[in-house]
Amino acid sequence: MKLLKGKRILILILALCLLCVCAVVMTGCGQKDRNEVRIYSYGDYIAPGLIKEFEKETGINVIYDTFDTNEEMYPVIKNQAGVYDVICPSDYMVERMRNEGLLSKIDYSKVPNFKNIGSRYLKIADRSYDPGNKYAVPYQWGIAGIMYNSSKIQKGEITSWNDLWNKKYKGSIIMQDSLRDTMGASLKALGYSLNSTKKSELSAAADYLVKQKPLVYKYANDSARDLLVGNSADVGVVWNGEVLYSQELNKDLDFVIPKEGTELFIDNWCVPKNAFHKSNAMKWINFMCRADVAYKNYEYLTYSTPNEAARKMMSKKLQNSKVLFPSDELLKKSEVLRDVGPDGDDLYSYYWKIFKSR
Amino acid sequence: MYRKLMATPYLFWVLCGTIIPLCMIMYYGFTDRTGNFTVSNVLAIFQPVHAQALGLALLLAFVSTLICLLLAFPLALILKGSSWGRKGFIVFIFILPMWMNFLLRTMAWQVILEKGGIFNTLLTTLHLPTLDIINTPAAIVLGMVYDFLPFMVLPIYNTLMKIDDNVIEAAYDLGATKGKVLKDILLPLSVPGIASGITMVFVPSLTTFVISNILGGGKIYLIGNIIEQEFTTSANWNLGSGLSLVMMVFIVISMGAMSKLDKSGEGNFI
Repeated sequence: MKLLKGKRILILILALCLLCVCAVVMTGCGQKDRNEVRIYSYGDYIAPGLIKEFEKETGINVIYDTFDTNEEMYPVIKNQAGVYDVICPSDYMVERMRNEGLLSKIDYSKVPNFKNIGSRYLKIADRSYDPGNKYAVPYQWGIAGIMYNSSKIQKGEITSWNDLWNKKYKGSIIMQDSLRDTMGASLKALGYSLNSTKKSELSAAADYLVKQKPLVYKYANDSARDLLVGNSADVGVVWNGEVLYSQELNKDLDFVIPKEGTELFIDNWCVPKNAFHKSNAMKWINFMCRADVAYKNYEYLTYSTPNEAARKMMSKKLQNSKVLFPSDELLKKSEVLRDVGPDGDDLYSYYWKIFKSR
Repeated sequence: MYRKLMATPYLFWVLCGTIIPLCMIMYYGFTDRTGNFTVSNVLAIFQPVHAQALGLALLLAFVSTLICLLLAFPLALILKGSSWGRKGFIVFIFILPMWMNFLLRTMAWQVILEKGGIFNTLLTTLHLPTLDIINTPAAIVLGMVYDFLPFMVLPIYNTLMKIDDNVIEAAYDLGATKGKVLKDILLPLSVPGIASGITMVFVPSLTTFVISNILGGGKIYLIGNIIEQEFTTSANWNLGSGLSLVMMVFIVISMGAMSKLDKSGEGNFI
């Protein structure tokens, strides 16, 4: 009987612990008064040491949480008001959140370093996901292109997306295993917008991909780079941020942005509507826009930076690198992914399945 | 009272781990994005895209189960027949790879089979023709067989070990040939093990999406890949759940058929 009582107490204690944990999780996010800034960003997306530097300079305590995909971040911001002060969504997610009124305007009077952000990136944002540049400060950006092995394929031979349909490269082509990116490549090859939601265009793009399938060695995401570096494939679609690193490992690799234009992405700093520490959030964004900080981030991530002041700190060779900073003309032809809505998503996923299971 | 209390953690476990998720899948499977009732998610299996993927998954799962069976049964027989005291050691060797993460083992095959991979480099240095099975159904079947073979070996080995040696000796005494002993004694008596081995290999092979992703190079879509796509990139949980329900029907059928063959549950090796 005594034992029984002991067990009961144990169970009670366990139950109480569980309740406490729940209570902490639910209410722990309510302290408005602390001098802190809560950041929610991609994992491993800030150079190490910068958070400490910010804390030291401003005395603001940083709470840093990470996510892997925009889709993971979105419900957190939508359902839990006030948990985070600064978030780092990509272009199309900015558009969706902005349309749903989840973001608050950037207070540019408190972000003087915003002047460092190149106008051509702001223009891209302005004509797509953030008209007027009111809600998003570009942080990192990248552009998709074709990387090829110049010891097997002559320089200048590849200029267009359609070159990836060349039978000569059979069995040595790598495409991305990613719905919107690869459908986008096919749409661009056919001369359509990569945000098309027209059935006829999407169906043509899927058919075109089916035609390419026997030529493709593999549909891969992160491993695309390694396959090209390791000579398992000769030509593949990669992001420009991967190129400099790949060239360090394999000198024969070269990169070209297709003449039809391509896909680009911009990740941005945004402030959720109900953030508790908005002025601290502005301080963080201002810090991130500072030239030396942006340069450190570039060095760590090797992705291109929209920060012109940081660009000036690079070596001359890198400053003028066509890989990191493609011409304005190419940028004009390129597009960021747009939010196509649930119906658009269904269409894309339908045609993607058709192509994949063929 | 005490016993009931002891059971509560398990009840809680079953509730959280089985019943609630199943109910959620049912809910998502039978509703559309706006939350209205619909059966279109389940009927979507008849769309050519999905039916094709299901057909291919069934085919590959069948082939790999068959290969596993053909490999495992003779092996179990050898293990039973061998008189060495190292029997346990050999079984242990077969289970050993299961200590490593299943994803890692599958990725290792990718590295081995890749065009510029270990195996082909070896072949080219020996001036032999290369083996180009990576990113084909053959590579997927290889991966399935490699990953799931222990699940076939163990139950068959267990049932074979339970067969009384006196029965076999009696058959030989009465003049049975080796073939007859195999056909009329060993095989019928090991049916429970074979049945549970088949389920243990067939079900995970049918539903896998990881193996087809890693060894299929994204070129081959099984039903598992379609469901995965619906949940991850397409964000259509309703369709994904609907298709999962259809898969569950297949799994329940195969498990039901197999448990008829394995009435006493002897084949369960754990």
